[in-house]
Amino acid sequence: MLLAAVEYARPSTVADAVRLLSEHDGARPLAGGQTLTNVMKARAAAPDVLIDLNDLEELRQVSRTADGGLELGAMVTLSELIRSPEADARPILAEVAAQIADVQVRNRGTIGGNICSNDPTNHLPPVVAAVGATMTIRGADGERTVTADEFFLGVYMTAVAPGELLTKITVPAAGGTRDAFASIPIGRDGTCICNAAASVENGQARIALGCVAAVPVVLSAAADEGSVREAVRGADLDPPSDVHASADYRRHLAEVVAVRAVEEARG
Amino acid sequence: MEPVRGQRISVEVNGERHERDVEVRRLLVHFLRDDLDLTGTHVGCDTGNCGACTVIFNGIAIKSCMLLAVQADGASVETVEGLAPDGQLHPLQEAFSSFHALQCGYCTPGMLMSAKHLLDHNPEPTEGEIRRAIQGNICRCTGYVNIVEAIASAAKGGGR
Repeated sequence: MLLAAVEYARPSTVADAVRLLSEHDGARPLAGGQTLTNVMKARAAAPDVLIDLNDLEELRQVSRTADGGLELGAMVTLSELIRSPEADARPILAEVAAQIADVQVRNRGTIGGNICSNDPTNHLPPVVAAVGATMTIRGADGERTVTADEFFLGVYMTAVAPGELLTKITVPAAGGTRDAFASIPIGRDGTCICNAAASVENGQARIALGCVAAVPVVLSAAADEGSVREAVRGADLDPPSDVHASADYRRHLAEVVAVRAVEEARG
Repeated sequence: MEPVRGQRISVEVNGERHERDVEVRRLLVHFLRDDLDLTGTHVGCDTGNCGACTVIFNGIAIKSCMLLAVQADGASVETVEGLAPDGQLHPLQEAFSSFHALQCGYCTPGMLMSAKHLLDHNPEPTEGEIRRAIQGNICRCTGYVNIVEAIASAAKGGGR
């Protein structure tokens, strides 16, 4: 047996899931399990109770909002997002989802899981930050909606408190905005050493850098190379050093991927 | 509904229904190998990277080391044993044999299931699509060229 003993429930409504999460100390939501199962094997996490979200059909919808934006249920898998015609409303989400890991992981892994785990090397946190998405969180006392800035709190930490559940991600309509993503991954669709998402409108870019801090670093700059480089340098990044890249090299890459993302978004 | 530490599960594997009592902490791959004695599904890395444990779960390819057995309650699972139920090799297995698409064979069950998932959804894949379909399956003998050729051949009905 690899996992420590743990309890399990698979509710069929969000209300029941929230009730179970708030009633049991040490309860954790189990989404696609492509991260959580592995950290449980490594005993790096030891939840007492797993609340399996896989029967929550209400969290599996991809739909358009009234103003042409995109509403993504937290349990939409990466493969479902990639295949969804509705997701064309803001194609960057599906484009980046297609770069995560491999077929089997995308078949099971969810958009909600990717942002809630908030590993600094994950692909989607900078994307939701750049496009100005909002996250809806439900708890025993009701529902609240937060911006990316309020959502990402630290490494593996988000605004989703114990007893709460991320239910949906709402992405504003593209309008005249164009988005792009650039990364330096380990292998074709591997873990990112450094990544950046950019949204460009009327010559102005909003850039979200991943892998360089505990949470996505959001910058604004005119959408030209010089301004983008200056903005990244001005952010005084203090990225981590690891076996894949030193802090200095990651700082250099941050500038490179930011410029690439902005230039691609600008077209 | 209240949380449980173990439960009786009912899983259809290769068309046959199995009922067992399992602890929540049991992984699907161990349920298949140790409870059902279906040892064709391999455990390679145990970290979700290598794909040797790939099975088809309710029609989609997944890595069975990242799913709890209790999550498969009520599900339908296809393993490599299901490819050749009467000892008659599946066209993919025939192609792997004729193209020498395996050396040590450890990754082969997972490769076959990923390839089957691909051809179930895309009967005429390009080489690029084949390569992307097996990106979650690692062959440390590095026999990818022959594996890709075998899958392409099976898609075309076999033969060179």
